[in-house]
Amino acid sequence: MEIKWYIGLALALFCTGIVGVLTRRNSIIIFMCIELMLNSVNLLLVAFSKMHAASPVAQSLPNVASDAQIFVFFIMVVAAAEVSVGLAIIVMMYRNIHSVDINFLNRLKN
Amino acid sequence: MSITEILFWILSALALGCAIMVVASKSPVYSILYLIGVFFAISGHYILLNAQFLAIVNIIVYAGAIMVLFLFVVMLMNLNAESEPQKNRYLQFAGLISGGCLFLVLVSAIARSESAGNLIQVGGGGSGLIKNLGMVLFNEYVIPFEISSVLFLSAMIGAVVIGKKN
Repeated sequence: MEIKWYIGLALALFCTGIVGVLTRRNSIIIFMCIELMLNSVNLLLVAFSKMHAASPVAQSLPNVASDAQIFVFFIMVVAAAEVSVGLAIIVMMYRNIHSVDINFLNRLKN
Repeated sequence: MSITEILFWILSALALGCAIMVVASKSPVYSILYLIGVFFAISGHYILLNAQFLAIVNIIVYAGAIMVLFLFVVMLMNLNAESEPQKNRYLQFAGLISGGCLFLVLVSAIARSESAGNLIQVGGGGSGLIKNLGMVLFNEYVIPFEISSVLFLSAMIGAVVIGKKN
């Protein structure tokens, strides 16, 4: 398997997320598209770590392929913390203005 | 065509189709269900790459915890698809065009690079096993691991403070 197919898949997922952020107005769906982009980057990091494991450099540096997967783990940790705070903000916004439309947030006040 | 390539293409088609349906579906509940499909497809990719720990963590954390949180919030809000105001047609079209342009630019830039044909190790290789990842995590990355627990604590306190009725 060549690395370019994984790069293409991750790019397609990332651009789908970008299109979702640009075209939708429901803030929950925008938030989910951001999660989609984070996941595509995770997939790309894992694919690159396996590309490194197949290269001759990996004989002298055996831990480097594991490092990329540790980074993916930390991305997941940060995403979980981000989701909890972000959903709390969305719930508070719904409680105050009874809508999750992103355009109501353009002033951030009143 | 080997079995891993066939699995790769099936999982890729599943991930892309579900991702498009996340963006295209009207109701947020359907979007969430399709996003769970994307996460399962990505977990399948991790298993294909022999990153077993990340595959399990992806299912437990994303499909299990985060998406249930999304589902609860959407169901508590009682949103219906008709009440969501639609964006201007031209703005939607412009968003689609700009996302497609970004995709084309990145693909054409990467397709010309000389390392695009590098092979990756499919199956085998111990770098993604729980034993090796645990050794690396608790030897080299133990400080960031501890700091992430502080991050979780602050996120928890922040969520409670924001969600509290004043």
